[in-house]
Amino acid sequence: MPKTDYNEEMAFFVDMQRCIGCHACEMACAECETNGQESMIHVNYVDRAISTQTTVQVCMHCEDPTCANVCPADAIHQDDFGVVHSADTSRCIGCSNCVLACPFGVPKMQEQAELMMKCNMCYDRTSAGKKPMCATVCPSQALYYGTREEIERMRPDSVPVNSFLFGQQEVNTKVNIMMPKGTHQLIIE
Amino acid sequence: MAKLPVSVDKIIEQYGPHKAYPPQGGFYGANEPDKLVKTHCCYCGMQCGIQLKVKDNKIAGFEPWMEFPFNEGRLCPKGVQRYMQNNHPDRLLSPIQRVEGKGFEPIGWEKAMDKTVSEIKRIQQTYGNDAFAMLSGVSLTNEKSYMIGKFARVALKTANLDYNGRLCMVSAGGGNKKAFGLDRSSNSWDDLAHAEVIIVAGANISETFPTLTHYIWRARDNGAKLIVVDPRVIPLARTADLHLPIRPGGDSALFGAMLKILVDNDWLDHDFIAKYTSGFEETIAAVKDYDLDWAEEQTGISKHLILEAATLWGKAKTSFLLHARGIEHHTKGVENVMSCINLVLATGRIGKPYCGYGTITGQGNGQGGREHGHKCDQLPGNRDITNPEHRKYISEVWGIDEKDMPGKGLTAYEQIEAIHRGEIKGMISICFNPLVSLPNNNLVREALEKLEFYVCIDTFLSETARHADIVMAGSLHEEEEGTVTTAEGRVVKINEAITPPHSARRDGEIIMEIADRLGAGDKFSFPSSEAIFNELRIASKGGTADYYGITYQKIEENMGIFWPCPSLDHPGTPRLWEDKKFKTPDGKAHFNPVKYRPAAEVTDKEYPVILTTGRVVSQYLSGTSTRRIGKLVDQYPEPLLEIHPKLAYQYGIENRDLVKVKTRRGEAQFPAHVVETIREDTVFIPYHWGGKFSANQLTIGSLDPMSKIPEFKVCACQLYPTEKKGSEHRTESAYQSWL
Repeated sequence: MPKTDYNEEMAFFVDMQRCIGCHACEMACAECETNGQESMIHVNYVDRAISTQTTVQVCMHCEDPTCANVCPADAIHQDDFGVVHSADTSRCIGCSNCVLACPFGVPKMQEQAELMMKCNMCYDRTSAGKKPMCATVCPSQALYYGTREEIERMRPDSVPVNSFLFGQQEVNTKVNIMMPKGTHQLIIE
Repeated sequence: MAKLPVSVDKIIEQYGPHKAYPPQGGFYGANEPDKLVKTHCCYCGMQCGIQLKVKDNKIAGFEPWMEFPFNEGRLCPKGVQRYMQNNHPDRLLSPIQRVEGKGFEPIGWEKAMDKTVSEIKRIQQTYGNDAFAMLSGVSLTNEKSYMIGKFARVALKTANLDYNGRLCMVSAGGGNKKAFGLDRSSNSWDDLAHAEVIIVAGANISETFPTLTHYIWRARDNGAKLIVVDPRVIPLARTADLHLPIRPGGDSALFGAMLKILVDNDWLDHDFIAKYTSGFEETIAAVKDYDLDWAEEQTGISKHLILEAATLWGKAKTSFLLHARGIEHHTKGVENVMSCINLVLATGRIGKPYCGYGTITGQGNGQGGREHGHKCDQLPGNRDITNPEHRKYISEVWGIDEKDMPGKGLTAYEQIEAIHRGEIKGMISICFNPLVSLPNNNLVREALEKLEFYVCIDTFLSETARHADIVMAGSLHEEEEGTVTTAEGRVVKINEAITPPHSARRDGEIIMEIADRLGAGDKFSFPSSEAIFNELRIASKGGTADYYGITYQKIEENMGIFWPCPSLDHPGTPRLWEDKKFKTPDGKAHFNPVKYRPAAEVTDKEYPVILTTGRVVSQYLSGTSTRRIGKLVDQYPEPLLEIHPKLAYQYGIENRDLVKVKTRRGEAQFPAHVVETIREDTVFIPYHWGGKFSANQLTIGSLDPMSKIPEFKVCACQLYPTEKKGSEHRTESAYQSWL
């Protein structure tokens, strides 16, 4: 690994309760030169007919990334800090295995480029000691980048959870979802 | 002469609004900018710090400014995209003039100035000085606001200067002056994050001031209870401890009933009331009959919610009350504001840590722009143009004879009515798009068509500017140095990142040249924005909005200075009233009795549904710039009629059905957005659009008798399904749902 200022104590936290659905994260993400004006984070209403509740969908950076495991071209790389990177453009064959396999439904196929693209935790920024763009601009701080100790101190009513059970598959992630106190694992049946 | 020279479609074809997007790889130089310029967002009253990337004298992108203390890098979608204006294809690059049958054609500055000045002189010589009016706006810096106030009185010599703050903060200003003798939010936002109970009344914070949301959520992390008063379940209300779904127009009934509950339960700060206030007895006498049954009837809010809100507020040790246009855009806007202040004063929770109150200023410089004299009744330092001492002081600063200082003029909407009556014949405007933002805009259009001469200074050809004889290409926020004052009273520095493109000019230079040609050049020979600010400091000295101790250097060294700041060694005043010395004549905070009264137009059998208006997160005010930024438009492409499913069912309206909305002023069609997040008796339309999409074709031109703010928030309408669907190609993310 080249020497970087990436701080391994920093983590990414998502708190849907704080999200106000403003789309600043999408706008800011798309500005990144490597994204070609496509956002790697997505905000959607859950059901606008009944509520303004929105959800944020972003790469969870799994400890054992299913997307990388199912990639026949070995195009998806996880670095020493646990960041799962977008498919290597020289290797990706555009097969969509990763898109189908991701338990969180994160990777998106860029049809025109025939490439899989996803969040790489703003590696250009985080490796330079900055925060990812989405968590930097998020006006409600539904997206937060910092240490676990910081967020637990600042937000005593909730707890970061990074373990998910999809049927039989347990997935542990680098990205945390803020949940009510006492939650240890999210079970998705 | 101010009718459109060609069809509106032809004008739009040339001048937009067109949607602009960044190139796929970003603008040239975004990765290696020549410089990063620390400045602020040009939009709302939060004035978030931001850094603009500059390459070859063009804006190439933005970089968050982490060190600016209010927002620490946080931005809303408008802030992220604000940099898109400089490179925009619709940008006016030179003066243009109206040519009948052809549209607009570029002309040189000399010709534009000649024509403008000769028309001003002709109209004023023929009809009198006041027949030439000026409309201004508070997206302008303090320097420009100050200079325009001086320009209208000293160069144009007209009484008729007013501004778009008339649609924004005047009710709050009126209420605050009556209660405190001063018009500013009483605290910095830092106090908000530690308050025990927060009331947000008529303020869609998450959409109109998104970066303030962080302070509310921080307060809740600290255990705060959040009470949201709004006819809609706005994003902030979704998880609030209490959401009071008020019927539009019921505000003073709610706050009056809450005051009565405070009195009945003795949740009062008797010591504070006795020592530091006046008017308490008359004020509680005014609400003595406001029991819960009555309040429920008037407000449409269940009485248990009203009681619970009053109980939370009454028992709290610290608190913060915030309001915005939702309670202020009413014919009783000032009364609504005063009824809020009464709750604050009754509990004595002001002038102490974590105890606060304030209006949330909507426009970029809504605070500073309403202090330094470009409203019709005001002189710099928030002085009164009818006060002989104030007139004398400012006349001395300006070097004019006090007898030559015009008196109080007409307010913005009254100016339009006077044009319509034929009393005002000419107009100059800057930073104001009344054809979109004023109510009852069919009347506004008729008035514009009657003007003998209209000159507009703007960066884009707004809907109103299409009616101009001459449009002068002015400057963007990032093209002229200055200061603005944020909604918390912090004076911050706007830095010039680039010069205006091609032959567009700085607004300040344009105003100064017109002044010079009108013979007042000696009063407008400012070599820099800082020189204007230094004169403003002197002009504001001794006024309630005292900037004398603020300098450019001090602002930059301290990331802003909170006024009042009366001397150079004064650190500024983030929290007002710690000394309990209020600026009223008797030095006390004033309770003001408020008797509830209905809105100007209430529903009846003929017009049975309440119409209210407001904003969406991706658009700003009349949309002159934000309706040209592609991603912001795509996020919410057209105004939708928010309607509750039960009301929709009564009319046989389904989601996306095109619905005709009719009021006594006009009618327009909007696609229905059937949502449970609005009261069953009320429909909502955002107002950012012009032409056939304009909600202000429908709104009422009734004004608050004191503040002269129009009643945008309540009128009565009819609904007619058209049996057509809203066009499919505009169904972008505004309606996206996962399910």
